Amino acid sequence: MSPVTTTAPLATYLVRHADDNLIIGQRLAEYISEAPELEEDLAIGNLSLDHIGVAMHLYQYAASLGGAGITADTLAFLRTEREFSNVLLVEQPHVGFGDVIARQFFFAAYQTLLWEALVSSCDETLSGIAAKALKEATYHLRHASGWVVRLGDGTDESHTRMQAAVDGFWRFTGELFESDALVDEMVLAGIGVDPARLQTTWETRVSTVLSEATLTHPSDPYQATGGRTGMHTEHLGYLLAEMQWMQRTFPNMEW
Amino acid sequence: MAEMTLERIRELLDAVVDPEIPVLTIAGLGILRNVALSDDGSVLVTITPTYSGCPAMGVIVEDIKAALGNAGVERVEVETVFTPAWTTDWMTDDAREQMANFGIAPPDAVTSTAPTILCPQCASEETKTISEFGSTACKALMVCSSCLEPFDYFKAI
Repeated sequence: MSPVTTTAPLATYLVRHADDNLIIGQRLAEYISEAPELEEDLAIGNLSLDHIGVAMHLYQYAASLGGAGITADTLAFLRTEREFSNVLLVEQPHVGFGDVIARQFFFAAYQTLLWEALVSSCDETLSGIAAKALKEATYHLRHASGWVVRLGDGTDESHTRMQAAVDGFWRFTGELFESDALVDEMVLAGIGVDPARLQTTWETRVSTVLSEATLTHPSDPYQATGGRTGMHTEHLGYLLAEMQWMQRTFPNMEW
Repeated sequence: MAEMTLERIRELLDAVVDPEIPVLTIAGLGILRNVALSDDGSVLVTITPTYSGCPAMGVIVEDIKAALGNAGVERVEVETVFTPAWTTDWMTDDAREQMANFGIAPPDAVTSTAPTILCPQCASEETKTISEFGSTACKALMVCSSCLEPFDYFKAI
């Protein structure tokens, strides 16, 4: 038995969304100091903080439903790769600024819809976390959309790079809208949301920004999946190795 | 120990400020949601975070405990709630004025569709956004087109 995982369905559901936020938060943090201008370094630091904050609140709530010894920290720092249930999109690495923006754009467009729906959750704590996160995600989407347009409708070079970034991440967007038995159970209980019903609006919003950015809508029919069941791309292990290093090296250390 | 009243506790809490904008109290910002005093003398302070990842929350909790603890309150509990979600509309008029004097443009009403953001230096209306994110998550970076000074704007959320 692993002392760091939870088994209650609601806790598992919360951990999924917490994992999404923690992992993209970590990815964003990696990019701080590499942005094209100082203001963007600040922006990326703030985006990262927002995501890690949401993850922390969701983990804390999940931990409160779990067994003894489970805390937000054990969930974040002591689970292995296969125990993480984040979508593949958030763990994908970036090379340039366009990659960071494309990944953020697709994810923020999804999260604004997710949080908006979860505000109506009959679970009061989850609804409260969603209401707060919705305000932040709205800002994230505005920021990312602005850059997609600026780079897409910019120079030939920025257009080419933005197009490549959008095309590259596209195959990881379908997974955002997948359901499984746990989602069905959460929807039935009035707690969760069926992501499939968010997809049409997501598609419309994304397409609008892509056309304003003079970018071609990606058409890659292949869609990757597996994150929710712990079947990750090879990139997550490296990310966790860096993120969990301190806690693994000095077990039980605290700030 | 002198008898603690709810009024006295609120006065003590008025000394607790936002560590990142030290001219503002947590009461003025709307972070302080409730104060309860039990018959046994223990105090329960309820706060709400501004942003999910606000790094100041930990310090604020410690400052609340210190402010009351130093005044002789032995049992202080600080609870964090998320509902209703914090909004800049809860900021008091005093807080907005102090913020402007400190050099940060205070937030417009959340419902405002076309906010006019005045330069806190020269009060010009000719200002524009440099970055949606400023020195902290709660602020955006602006610049005044009249006096050319950059300044922080506390975002309306």
